[in-house]
Amino acid sequence: MQFDSLAAFIAMGTHGPYVWTCYGVTALIMGLCVLAPRWRLRRILDRERRQQRRQQAAR
Amino acid sequence: MWQWFHKLGSPKWFFDFATRLMPWLAWSTLVLLAVGLVWGLLFAPPDYQQGNSYRIIFIHVPVAYLAQSIYVAMAVAGAVGLVWRMKMADTFIAAIAPVGAALTFLALFTGAVWGKPTWGTWWVWDARLTSMLLLLFLYFGVMALRAAIEDREAAARSVAVLTLIGVVNIPIIKYSVDWWNTLHQPASIKLTSAPAMPPEMFLPLLVMILGFHLLVGWLALARMRNEILERERRTRWVQRWIAQQAGE
Repeated sequence: MQFDSLAAFIAMGTHGPYVWTCYGVTALIMGLCVLAPRWRLRRILDRERRQQRRQQAAR
Repeated sequence: MWQWFHKLGSPKWFFDFATRLMPWLAWSTLVLLAVGLVWGLLFAPPDYQQGNSYRIIFIHVPVAYLAQSIYVAMAVAGAVGLVWRMKMADTFIAAIAPVGAALTFLALFTGAVWGKPTWGTWWVWDARLTSMLLLLFLYFGVMALRAAIEDREAAARSVAVLTLIGVVNIPIIKYSVDWWNTLHQPASIKLTSAPAMPPEMFLPLLVMILGFHLLVGWLALARMRNEILERERRTRWVQRWIAQQAGE
């Protein structure tokens, strides 16, 4: 372990703002990248299922 | 080999393959990134010149690698699509281009934030940084070109040609630090020689590189699955699969 305390870990010497900005923005963007295909799959499933129901009702 | 190539070209086969592979990728990604983050942030020693700011490397290098290798993969897919008219090649390009753009943006962003304490500036118009910015615009170009052309086959052909033209930029990025005098340091890791960093820094970096690759693999499969569902929505197997997904 390279840091004596949580405060020292967050401070990263004097480089805390730089390091945490990079990790934060990366986590945000990669998180959105992971969520985006799941949201799209849900939209596809909803749309197709609605259509399947319509077709069954029409029969 | 050819049989495998043909299977790869079948949307249904690929869809089932992706569905089976994705949980494995997801779990190994989580484990690798968790190990890499804890190792890189807490246990790797500070750099004797840069102090702790160098810890940005554990993100910057993986995303910058992937930004380039995804583009090369797109160009290979573009060539395959043009030569063999394989539809899955275009499915891959459509799915991966936004991921490539996101990673290129992150490489530029983390580079800028790292540059401030290290070089004293967020941005310089040197060869490495400028060619990376061009890569970002190439990704945007691929996405915009696809969106602009209505006919799917015409769009696939144009996009494939653009990926092949743009691939010229990749060796420029790679060798920019050797060909020109740049602020950016030359490569620390080479396949041909021992890494120019101690193993306490190199090993967590390797773990992060692997983790990001698996993450991108997962993203590619998840996005390709959605593309396949859209493109094959009129087929019976897609309709059956959707009907089976009740309660999700």
